[in-house]
Amino acid sequence: MKSVILRKGANMAMTGLMLAAALAVLVPLVLIFVHIIKMGLSSISLDFFTQIPKPTGETGGGMANGMAGSAVMIALASIIGLPIGIFGAIYLSEYGGSRISTVIRFAADVLAGIPSIITGMVAYTLLVVPMKGFSALAGAVALAMIMIPIILRTTEEQLKMVPGSLREASLALGVPLWRTSLKVTLRSAMTGVMTGVLLAIARVAGETAPLLFTALGNQFWSSKLTAPMAAMPLQIFNFAISPYEDWHRLAWAGALVLVTIMFALSLSARYFGRSRQKN
Amino acid sequence: MSQAAITSRWKIKTGLNGDFIFKGITVLFAFSILVILFLMIYEMVEQSLPSMAKSGWRFITDQNWDAVQEEFGALPYIYGSVVSSILALALATPLSVGSAIFITEIAPKRLGAVMASLVELLAAIPSVIYGLWGVLVMAPWLQSTVQPFLIDHFGFLPFFQGAPYGVSMLAAIFILMIMVVPIITSISREVLLAVPRSQKEAAIALGATRWEMIRMAVLPYGRSGILGAVILGMGRAIGETMAVTMVIGNTPQISLSLLSPAYTMPSVIANEFAEATSKIHSSALMEIGLILLVVTLIINAMARLLIWSVTRRQSGGGR
Repeated sequence: MKSVILRKGANMAMTGLMLAAALAVLVPLVLIFVHIIKMGLSSISLDFFTQIPKPTGETGGGMANGMAGSAVMIALASIIGLPIGIFGAIYLSEYGGSRISTVIRFAADVLAGIPSIITGMVAYTLLVVPMKGFSALAGAVALAMIMIPIILRTTEEQLKMVPGSLREASLALGVPLWRTSLKVTLRSAMTGVMTGVLLAIARVAGETAPLLFTALGNQFWSSKLTAPMAAMPLQIFNFAISPYEDWHRLAWAGALVLVTIMFALSLSARYFGRSRQKN
Repeated sequence: MSQAAITSRWKIKTGLNGDFIFKGITVLFAFSILVILFLMIYEMVEQSLPSMAKSGWRFITDQNWDAVQEEFGALPYIYGSVVSSILALALATPLSVGSAIFITEIAPKRLGAVMASLVELLAAIPSVIYGLWGVLVMAPWLQSTVQPFLIDHFGFLPFFQGAPYGVSMLAAIFILMIMVVPIITSISREVLLAVPRSQKEAAIALGATRWEMIRMAVLPYGRSGILGAVILGMGRAIGETMAVTMVIGNTPQISLSLLSPAYTMPSVIANEFAEATSKIHSSALMEIGLILLVVTLIINAMARLLIWSVTRRQSGGGR
């Protein structure tokens, strides 16, 4: 039997160590935030939102085309990814036999862990090569492949939380099965589903690697889905590794905007999640 | 209760037109997940075949990578990926597990909740932003402060020799550590939350101190789940592209020194794939991608099974 003093000492020491670990985890967070806010605020201006990048040597310019490009590709990726993710989740929670559902669930989890650069390579061989050129469409497909497993898993969790009595009540009133799925089950889970969708959008909004050889990036405005398109994360990457001070400033401003958008998305996701718990 | 369970329980007739079509659509979309996964693996294998035929095993044993001479030895990239992610994990694991324990067991409830959401925020920051901070803030700081210190005091070790470049293996290890810590912390936290209250209360009732309670009741219960979290972090670290590409220096060499620049598998893909002109060059890059894919598939499958084994036990097979 160890002495009480020794045991209490060990308790104190380990508590201190774990507190230190927790603080050490938060230090880089604080540092990164301080830099993004400090550098971002000093570099951001109205031009940033209205101008496209200036050629090297000229000062000023912005990321307007990148923001528009990101918005277009995210919208397109959602159009592709939302139905697949949500309807797939309805299958898993409402129809699927247990074995095949487990296989699909497992595949979705594995898919979510595949490095995004590989998603980019696959989109390249599937779309860029046959279409003979980099395109916004290929970028959107790559982003959709990343969104699908996230939406599928969160939606399924939410559908499972809908009580069976709701479905029974609807069916007892003579509502067909498919309408019950859409109008009763999915609808009562809607806020939770929205949370998952917002989180998926937040995730792909910052993705850079899958766009490197699909959307490629563009210095100018482009509205064609079959042509290379600018994207904000790509611009941040290119400007950050450039040797020009002025481009670094643009990259910091871009980082500030991107982080703000992502936090807004995850805060609203959390808001949806919370309002669901209250009901 | 799922709809299938209800229909069989009340013997509701299915097979009406609308139901049939709707179910068909959901089946189609659910199975498209399997199709996507299969397509990914198939495409990567197919595109790598020319390179496999040309280089054979030399692909993973040779050090020489020369696109012009069409010699492709990927060893420096494999070495860079393995070393950077293993060392990053070695630094990140104690920090993450320690802070997960702090958040769940030690901190007052409200503080724990605040810290947990801060960690979630960290996990949501895109990697290109970590890279931006890494290359413009952290690398210069390493070059001016940390690396000269290491050279002066530990320069006799082979790991800390050479000139301070800033961008280096060390920078990649640090940035990867910062990036995987939130992932491991948040999953470990979920695993620790799944430890039954009765186990902890039993330990306390027997007179254990808090640390003894953690060591004897909490950690053994969550061990496989925490291991799963660490392996998942490994998968993330080895596939991480943008941040590493920006800080590692992109030089294909195998050097014991952590201060010298290096290269990783995702980085060489990111840098060369769009500009690969010859068929064999892009096939070689595809083969690197295939290696990466196989490694991450194995890592993720293992991690998922471990995490499921803990969270399932808790919810009685409900999930």
